[in-house]
Amino acid sequence: MTGTVLKYDGSFQGFLTCIFTGYEQKLQVVEIVPAGEDQQQLFSETQIIIADEQKALRVLKGLKAKVSTNTMTRINWAFLSEAPGIEMKLYNMISYIFSTKEKVDTDYSHPSVLYISNIAKQVGREKHRMEAFVRFRLTKDDIYFAIIEPDFNVLPIILKHFKSRYADQKWLIYDIKRKIGLYYDLYKTEYVSMELPEDIGISGGNPEYFEAGEIYFQKLWKEYFDSTNIKSRVNMRLHVQHVPKRYWKYLSEKSPFA
Amino acid sequence: MDFDRIKEKLNILADAAKYDVSCSSSGSKRTNTKKGLGDSSGMGICHSYTQDGRCVSLLKILLTNHCIFDCAYCVTRKSNDIKRAAFKVQEVVDLTISFYRRNYIEGLFLSSGIFKSPDHTMERLISVAKKLRLEENFNGYIHLKSIPGASDELMREAGLYADRLSVNIEIPTKSGLKLLAPDKKHEDFMKPMEKVKNEIIQYKAESKLIKSTPKYAPAGQSTQMIVGATGESDRDIMYSSAFFYKNYNMKRVYYSGYVPISTDPRLPAIGTQVPMLRENRLYQTDWLMRFYGFDIRELLNDQNMHLDMEIDPKLSWALRNRHLFPMDVNRIEKQQLLRVPGIGLKSANKIVQARKFRKLNWEHLQKIGISTNRAKYFITCDSREKELRDLSSEHLKQLILKTSHSKFRTDLSPQLSLF
Ligand code: SF4
Repeated sequence: MTGTVLKYDGSFQGFLTCIFTGYEQKLQVVEIVPAGEDQQQLFSETQIIIADEQKALRVLKGLKAKVSTNTMTRINWAFLSEAPGIEMKLYNMISYIFSTKEKVDTDYSHPSVLYISNIAKQVGREKHRMEAFVRFRLTKDDIYFAIIEPDFNVLPIILKHFKSRYADQKWLIYDIKRKIGLYYDLYKTEYVSMELPEDIGISGGNPEYFEAGEIYFQKLWKEYFDSTNIKSRVNMRLHVQHVPKRYWKYLSEKSPFA
Repeated sequence: MDFDRIKEKLNILADAAKYDVSCSSSGSKRTNTKKGLGDSSGMGICHSYTQDGRCVSLLKILLTNHCIFDCAYCVTRKSNDIKRAAFKVQEVVDLTISFYRRNYIEGLFLSSGIFKSPDHTMERLISVAKKLRLEENFNGYIHLKSIPGASDELMREAGLYADRLSVNIEIPTKSGLKLLAPDKKHEDFMKPMEKVKNEIIQYKAESKLIKSTPKYAPAGQSTQMIVGATGESDRDIMYSSAFFYKNYNMKRVYYSGYVPISTDPRLPAIGTQVPMLRENRLYQTDWLMRFYGFDIRELLNDQNMHLDMEIDPKLSWALRNRHLFPMDVNRIEKQQLLRVPGIGLKSANKIVQARKFRKLNWEHLQKIGISTNRAKYFITCDSREKELRDLSSEHLKQLILKTSHSKFRTDLSPQLSLF
């Protein structure tokens, strides 16, 4: 037997519980995988970890004493990247942090610290993009509705932004990749799962679902966007650098229909 | 809403407003209170980008493009034969709210041609902002143009509803202004700026004593200068800019390469290239002045009236001051690190953090993200490999040019990361 593989439920709490267990039982952890995914290590013992709030909190508390709030955020964001093997990278970084007396969370010459910092930056960028590119459409039942398809699982970290900005309107942001939505009903937000009709589209204002004026606002926005361009300054390369083509689908001002 | 009519107005009045390059929506700290709409306490967000690579973050329009003045450099000038239009106050309010609720924008940037009188125009601009704040409970970003010549009382009121106020100086020299806008007086620009500056200072002092003091233009003032319309030197432009930063506590000065829009013989002919590279170099210089601790006189002076277009102003400065280099990255202060070509604000911070743990060598520096292909000629680190340094500055410049990325030469925009 060489080391232990930990299987957990895929939640952040579950992951923190893995760390707790690894330390408590002095395991030589070689892999941490979400349930449902195949492990790479064939000749290791596998242990199933059940998420435990108390254990997770203790890990968080221990971490808080040794790292800055920025690093706490980075750890959380890196986790949401869902990158294959991200759990072990985090595990290595956290072990390094716990194993040294000094604060080492900004030691960028350590490979895991640098890796986590970089991947957290990518997640941060995706968060920022979604905050920018979400396009709400007003539905017939008075909900501002948007579809996203983010590279990373950013719903939990864009929540705060939208909640404080759109406090007086109902809204729903739906991640079609992960099939989960975030709904705000004027009082609280909650995660919802639902089936979307196929013809709802990522932009446009199908009158079956959307309020009658909706399509006109998209047209006005496109009109605005077109008028604000200065032809003698066009620079498509720079343009694509700012908004990579895969994000264009969100932006109704770039769609040909309007 | 009559969509077709609104669409036509939007077309005319957005088109006329686009030459104002400012699109910033940050620095306001206005939070959403009482469950209203919007919040501008964070960083500004670009919700889209135009094809010329500019950030779209605000609904930027004129209230009207009717104007009683005839400034040569402006599309809205009286003598120009163009379609004119005017929004009603309520139309601007509705459009702003509908766009904001759909997450298209961070807020409104409202400017205007001057109809009837400066005060009359300013009053209308204020009433849009007032309606948004008081009737719609809107906490998004509002940028109003201060109309040159508007009264002190109106400027005072404007700041109570707007996050930012700006007067565009447009022409960096007095002589240029006289040539191109003879019916406008230099003082007309300065007066509202002065008033806003003083109000900001006063409100800040009061809010320290009395918590409930209302906000006054929390994101400050900005201005814009047109580049390349009157034959001014880079030194003229940047000295004016330094003057505005210092004397009017400007948050930002924008530089806008002149887009030829007129056959007026006093101006560059239609079809003349927009000086985008020059504009970019000016922004870099502005950055060095505000964040890198450079005094503008180090970068531009009697011997150096113009910026080097081939290389960025920091490298250009370093090549003129070779006696200060090489510096030892493991020892020098952060302020010195910032003066090294190839080291930016972020990498300077990272170096300061990382060198606490170990002496840094080339490999560390590369991972941290400094651009070693230029920095290597100006620094030493914990490594025996060193670059030849007995090259002449001109030779060194050619060497760096040969190896530097094309982004320094082709993609030029004020919003590009700068070093
Ligand atoms: S006053 Fe303003 S809008 Fe009117 S012509 Fe001059 S710059 Fe243009």
